[in-house]
Amino acid sequence: MNATQSYLPEGLPIPTPETDGLSAPYWNGLKEGVLTIQRCKSCGGWQWGPEWICHRCLSFDMGWEKVEPRGRIFSWERVWHPVHPALKGHGPYIVVLVELPHADNVRLIGNLVGDPQQTVTIGAEVEGLFEHHPNASTPHTLLQWRTVR
Amino acid sequence: MRARTLRGKVAVAGIGETTYYKHGKAPDSEFKLALMAILAACKDAGIDPREIDGFASYSNDRNDPSRIAAALGTRELRFSNMQWGGGGGGGAAAIGNASAAVATGLADCVVVFRSLAQGQFARFGQGPQSPTIQGDMAFQAPYGLMSPGQRYAMKVNRFMHDHGVKQEALRAIALASYHHAQANPRAVMHGKPLDEKIYDESRWIVEPFHLYDCCMENDGAAAVIIVPAERARDLKHKPSYLLSAAGGSHHRCGAPSHNDPTYASSNFTSVAPHLYEMAGVKPSDVDVLQSYENFTGGVMMSIVEHGFCAPEEANDFLVPENLYAPTGKLPLNTSGGNLAECYMHGLELQIEAVRQIRGESTSQVPKVDVSMVIAGPMVTPVSSCIFGSEATL
Repeated sequence: MNATQSYLPEGLPIPTPETDGLSAPYWNGLKEGVLTIQRCKSCGGWQWGPEWICHRCLSFDMGWEKVEPRGRIFSWERVWHPVHPALKGHGPYIVVLVELPHADNVRLIGNLVGDPQQTVTIGAEVEGLFEHHPNASTPHTLLQWRTVR
Repeated sequence: MRARTLRGKVAVAGIGETTYYKHGKAPDSEFKLALMAILAACKDAGIDPREIDGFASYSNDRNDPSRIAAALGTRELRFSNMQWGGGGGGGAAAIGNASAAVATGLADCVVVFRSLAQGQFARFGQGPQSPTIQGDMAFQAPYGLMSPGQRYAMKVNRFMHDHGVKQEALRAIALASYHHAQANPRAVMHGKPLDEKIYDESRWIVEPFHLYDCCMENDGAAAVIIVPAERARDLKHKPSYLLSAAGGSHHRCGAPSHNDPTYASSNFTSVAPHLYEMAGVKPSDVDVLQSYENFTGGVMMSIVEHGFCAPEEANDFLVPENLYAPTGKLPLNTSGGNLAECYMHGLELQIEAVRQIRGESTSQVPKVDVSMVIAGPMVTPVSSCIFGSEATL
């Protein structure tokens, strides 16, 4: 599902793949509305963030697989003090660390949409929202989260 | 006794600091500050600065040892060492690296130094200003997760959730630093006392950190001179012997994008056992503790992971009366530390640990034989070290 609006103001650093292309499949997938996570073709283990080698079996044969963007809140924080000009006067906002139980509990960082003063519960179920930025200087997509009611 | 050890082989001969300034207020260049601190440490030790033959630092200190050696007229440079990674978590590791060099004969007189004039360079507490971002920060900065406080708040939140730790435990750590700073005229926050009400009413930076849970950013420099134990005995101060130093982090601590399997941690779970084993002491032997406050939540987890209390005991243990010198069970950050003396990236904590053994602290604990320092928590690698008096050898 797509987000209807941007959670944070424009002007924050725009994510782009590294020159070696390690994370390019992830960012390209998000633009198409698909969450992909690294999975080792040798041992089947999920891995995040992306790396050139599987930390379990040391295989370099890493693939990318589609994952349902559903998970639960592993931890969270409510940010009040702006440390970037684009965030001046904007706070508070909520950052969540979401674990994906169906992908070896790898964790993704995002924002929890909705009331920034809401009570946040560790362990709460959340689902992903694709936040597209097609008109940015470098078009990109972020993955946000909302609580499943 | 294990064969390979640093225990008792080297000692701190001299300590030196510049005046500590608010961020951006140093009247001198960062390089000059480094020279001033090193010369102050030489004077304190009573040694000729030309005798220094090694330099050790951390967090990519900008002041190059070869330039310092040339500036000081050092006779010979034999050791030039940078602890790799971990920012302020490298403070005790730098002491350990210098000590290892001296103990093994790579050098005879090594100075550990750190100089910071953030007004002349970029600040730590600001987010990246570039229009695009790559690598690990690409998964964080677009979501407004950019500064050190934001990077570590989720670790602390999860730890507090798992173990029922309350905000009052963090508050007690802030109160201890400010309490001790009131006795320390060198402290930037000297004359600015903190109480529970001021803490509770202070603004949030990022929950669970109030303003007073976060370190200052300051300008200044500090230096510590390490020499062989037998040399230290001939110098003018009572030696502070290194009993142990340990650094590193647990399995996959640096897994990208907050995927460390032991996430809710100060990252000392694997380090602390090595520290105690080499020193031959246990937590109850520690007379006074300096524990790096980037954020109070990191101190709380550092104290737990160094075995001073169980996680479930944190609320009862971390109360002001336990943390205040001279009578507390574990006097903590007795100079005011990073919160209230100076954010000298934790090297001021090493200096305070030495002062406690010498009996020269402004918040002196009676009869200190074992003096511990824990460097910056929640980063990787982290490090900690223990100094001892002659009586511990």
